[in-house]
Amino acid sequence: MPKFVLLWTDATVWLLVAFMIAYAVMVARSPNLKASWRKVFRDAPALCSSLILAGCLLVTAFDSVHYRPALKAVAGAPAGSVAYDTVTRSGLDYVLSGLLASREVTYSRPLAYLSYRRDTVSINGKVQRVSPRLLHGGAQLSDPEHQWAGDLLSRSLTGLVLGLLLAAAAAATLFRLLARARDAGFVETAASVWRNEGEIPWRAALWTLAVIAVLSGVTLCLMSAYHVFGTDTTGNDVLYQALKSIRTAFVIGSLATIATLPLAVVLGIMAGFFRGWVDEVIQYFYTVLSSVPNILLIAACVLMVQVFLDKHPDMFETGVERSDVKLFLLCTVLGLTGWAGLCRLLRAETMKLRELDYVQAANAFGVSSTRIMVRHIFPNVAHLMLIVTVLDFSSLILYEAVLSYVGVGVDPSMNSFGGMINLARKEMSLDPVVWWSFAAAFGFMVTVVLAVNLFADGVRDAFDPRARAFRPRLAIMRKPAVQK
Amino acid sequence: MISYLLRRILYGALILLGVNLLTFFLFFTVNTPDDMARLNIGGKHITQDLIDKWKVERGYDKPLYVNDAKQGAERFTDTIFWERSVSLFELRFGRSDAESAGDIGPEVNRRMWVSVQLALPLFVLQVIASTAFALLLVMFRHTRLDFWGVVTCVLMLSISSLFYIIVGQFMFSRLLRIAPISGYVPGWDVAKFLLLPIVLSLLARLGTEARLYRAMFLEEIGKDYVRTARAKGLSETVVLFRHVLRNALLPIVTSAGSYLPYVFLGSLVFESFFGLPGLGAYVIDAITKQDFAVVRTMVFVGSLLYIATFVLIDVAYTWVDPRVRLA
Repeated sequence: MPKFVLLWTDATVWLLVAFMIAYAVMVARSPNLKASWRKVFRDAPALCSSLILAGCLLVTAFDSVHYRPALKAVAGAPAGSVAYDTVTRSGLDYVLSGLLASREVTYSRPLAYLSYRRDTVSINGKVQRVSPRLLHGGAQLSDPEHQWAGDLLSRSLTGLVLGLLLAAAAAATLFRLLARARDAGFVETAASVWRNEGEIPWRAALWTLAVIAVLSGVTLCLMSAYHVFGTDTTGNDVLYQALKSIRTAFVIGSLATIATLPLAVVLGIMAGFFRGWVDEVIQYFYTVLSSVPNILLIAACVLMVQVFLDKHPDMFETGVERSDVKLFLLCTVLGLTGWAGLCRLLRAETMKLRELDYVQAANAFGVSSTRIMVRHIFPNVAHLMLIVTVLDFSSLILYEAVLSYVGVGVDPSMNSFGGMINLARKEMSLDPVVWWSFAAAFGFMVTVVLAVNLFADGVRDAFDPRARAFRPRLAIMRKPAVQK
Repeated sequence: MISYLLRRILYGALILLGVNLLTFFLFFTVNTPDDMARLNIGGKHITQDLIDKWKVERGYDKPLYVNDAKQGAERFTDTIFWERSVSLFELRFGRSDAESAGDIGPEVNRRMWVSVQLALPLFVLQVIASTAFALLLVMFRHTRLDFWGVVTCVLMLSISSLFYIIVGQFMFSRLLRIAPISGYVPGWDVAKFLLLPIVLSLLARLGTEARLYRAMFLEEIGKDYVRTARAKGLSETVVLFRHVLRNALLPIVTSAGSYLPYVFLGSLVFESFFGLPGLGAYVIDAITKQDFAVVRTMVFVGSLLYIATFVLIDVAYTWVDPRVRLA
């Protein structure tokens, strides 16, 4: 039985998941919120990117269960005592244990069976430079030169078929559910989705799902025998690193924005509501904070965190725990330094709200200030919170890369997009060029950030009616929704 | 106007005081001078004598906030906090924590001009390019050009600036050999070293800015005066360039101006990638070497520039928009 370890960021990730479920229940109960979220999903890019984000969230969740495997009992050890591995693993590591185990010596190209390195060997008395076979990539081939292409093709085709089957199953389930909801026949529903009728753009969602399914199907089938994105300088699989980086990006994006909320919301509403000296003091605080260039302030704070961790090396049992605390503190630092913008926004909004009749009425009835702020002001600025949180998410993922480059990002032992790009800088100057690690980081990061951005735009348009006017519109619009 | 400026500057000084307190707390209370000494002397055999010597050399051998050994005002003035704050406000930055490095002041002064060489042309070109691109999109709004333009913007702003740098360096310096990979020379020859960072930085920020400016233009275009201008028969070009552009300049000045501190501070990433010895690269070096004195100074200089910028933006408002009266 392994020993489960609850890391700081794990705890917050699971809290977040719980909160999201609670929020979903709340949305389902409130007609207003439900209508707004319907608007979000009526937007095809937002719907499609929410699928990608759901996939990333799944990876994050898998990667947020940590455990230390039990070691085999050593002879002579007292019965009942179990020793645990010093390496903390995650659920994702368990799923991808094949990738973890198939470590090469050094770089290898994507899907290669030969190493990047060339060895000098003498064949029949002649000295030649040849690339040795990889330890794991394509090791099952007996005659790689002739079998390689065929093997790749057959594996990809299997993956393709698998992916398509999965997508078809998903589509069938969706049609059935829709047919039941609309009280229509299965074929009729499928045809209407195909013609892109109805409120929610299911067709686009299905296409996205198909692309995701096919891509992951092909990757899955190739993954067991090859390094799909190659290996890095120490021979680790790049695909594994990229998947692990998703969690880092998500944790930073979500925790750092959530860490800004308490200060921004409490102080922003208080400043706008009480005015006077409270307002002055709070304004002073956030002006001081925002007048230090952000990156310098973060660097300063992170340096201090670093010094603190260096002074207390005995606080953590394993390396993963240490780098996790560092990530957690980095998110806290990002939150504590980044609340000024939202605070300013909430202050302005609260100032507007407090002059409205219902707040005045509550005041006249003798409702206490705290209660007015909680009951009447907060629910009416909550949409701003949501919009800013989603909008900040992507910029934080991008920011992490820069911070890692500057040297104040996540721990170097932790996989992150920033770390991958950092290494890529050196690799791109090698000859021949080692481009795959960089390309994988690029592909994954752009996909994630783009998905977050598109989703954020959808959320903003749905919750802030003013923003909708700036949407680029084509003359050829989707057919208007058929209302029943 | 004068009294307004005076008030702004006084408030700025107050803010700077807060920044000073914040940085001092971060750098001296969280991380005591003893820790700094240990870190900088390095090695395993650190004695208290060595630490004390290091502290005396840098003037860190005093209590942090309150000196109980002294009487009267000296209780507060004979402390590290007081001395550091006073010297910062006099723009004397002292020497860096590292053994070999010299005074920070001249270094900042020298490097600042390198940063300006990179950032000033960049700043001007950035505003022009983003505004032009946004105007183009607005001119062709509700067409395919606008739609795909915004799609391109969203795609561009989803790409980390590091990707632009690495791909740009690879393409233009390694494959095409148009520009040198990195380096710096004083004088006019520097242009060839600055070309690539400026172009790449421009690209990296174009998506964000053009989309923002486009939204600003569209907000103006919905207003009554635009309808009036159209109603009196002005052509769309005249409406855009004579009326909308001038009115949208106000938010554009604010948004572009907030980038102005970085004109002097330099872009951290771009400078260090392209080997330009500006302030940005200085900060990165200091962070990797854990040279707290330099980081502390840069935080102060950064906020000084930031505050100065916002006073400047206020003045720029009156120039861009005569309706704004500062009082």
